[in-house]
Amino acid sequence: MSKYYRPASVADALTALAAAGEGGRILVGGTDLIVGLRHHTLQPDLIVDLKNAQDLPTPITVTDAGVSIGPTFTMTELITHPVVQEWYPGLVEAAGSVGSVAIRNRASLVGNVCNGSPAADTAPPLLVLGASVTIASVDGERTVPMSEFFLGPRRTQCSPGQIVTQIHLPRPEDGSGSASRRLTRRRGVDIATVSVAAQVNADGKLLLGLGAVGPRPLLTGQTDPLALEDGPALIKVLDELLELATPISDVRSSREYRIATLRALTKRAVLTAANRRNNKEMAS
Amino acid sequence: MTSTTGNQQPASTDQQNVTCTVNGSERSMFVPTERTLLDGLRDELGLTGSKKCCAEGECGACTILLDGRAVNSCLVLCSEADGREITTIEGLSQDGLSDLQEEFLNAGAVQCGFCIPGQVVSAEYLLRTNPEPSVEQIRESMSGNLCRCAGYERIVCAVQATAARRTCGHD
Repeated sequence: MSKYYRPASVADALTALAAAGEGGRILVGGTDLIVGLRHHTLQPDLIVDLKNAQDLPTPITVTDAGVSIGPTFTMTELITHPVVQEWYPGLVEAAGSVGSVAIRNRASLVGNVCNGSPAADTAPPLLVLGASVTIASVDGERTVPMSEFFLGPRRTQCSPGQIVTQIHLPRPEDGSGSASRRLTRRRGVDIATVSVAAQVNADGKLLLGLGAVGPRPLLTGQTDPLALEDGPALIKVLDELLELATPISDVRSSREYRIATLRALTKRAVLTAANRRNNKEMAS
Repeated sequence: MTSTTGNQQPASTDQQNVTCTVNGSERSMFVPTERTLLDGLRDELGLTGSKKCCAEGECGACTILLDGRAVNSCLVLCSEADGREITTIEGLSQDGLSDLQEEFLNAGAVQCGFCIPGQVVSAEYLLRTNPEPSVEQIRESMSGNLCRCAGYERIVCAVQATAARRTCGHD
């Protein structure tokens, strides 16, 4: 049987989580945790419901330098925020594909990342957008790049006893564009079979984030400036970048199908991101 | 560290006193941590309109409004609902069938009926947040509510008819 605790402050939450160690779990949206409770794949000694902690960072802070998002900011709030829509269309597309309306009304961006799934929908765009993560513990705070945050399946830099208090997104460079694409078996309430996010800057330099094709979400290195209108040359570069992917066969797809669909989705994401650089098209 | 919650519970507990407003009335439950709001509504409060089907947030049969937002009540703990406001399908039809429920019947959208409470709550949330949705928006917004009788076309028609009825101003 789990105990339930609703701390009034982050300090209280950290103290309780530190004492609980591996047996502690944080509850915000609950869309992963409560499924785990039901299937007994998660049997925490202590559930710490963060939503009443009065001193959490504000759900969203916007400055000229970028956006910071706190633990309680839901997917619905994210995808309807005008600055997020303007600056991070690739993130809006990915967050808007999570679950269903009812899931997105509860699920948080921070929770999606902390759950540590290799298929987390928002991980590829956060990776290409250069996000970083602030992690608090009883010993203090540290901020790590998103590219170092994911360690393996369900394992992140946020260890037992710690809380991700903010995700930071730098304001995108002028003239850059982002886009996300994913494949699912059905339209609503499914987990990604493969997912990809692309970020293209004004010079044509390209970054890719990949989901569900490795033990954790993956980030490629940034390419040299690309001639995006040269189809065969672009495909060659994409194929080289996608060598990073090491998909497996599982209940959602065979390895071969993942490889084939990843190529197609990546091209679509790259061309959409490139197209967004100039005309400021907004994700809808 | 002083508690800012209205409720004076000890730090962490196996069972919690939960007091919330359900369909306009204050209701209390004393429940173990793992008890979902869906089970609390059905088994503690006798509100069996919200249906239990997948119990993992995939089918939408348990959809309720929590502080006005559509959520899967199978993915909410009772304890999280403390101090919050809940509307179930029973609350949407306290004065008889709502216009939305009437349009579900008029459209022939109700077959076995099991998914319908969740469909109606989801549709009500959609119409409150987007009074004149397109067909595409209705399909997207309702994609978390499965109907194994496959009454989707008629469900969409029912939502469209309700939207038209409400925006025309006659009840």
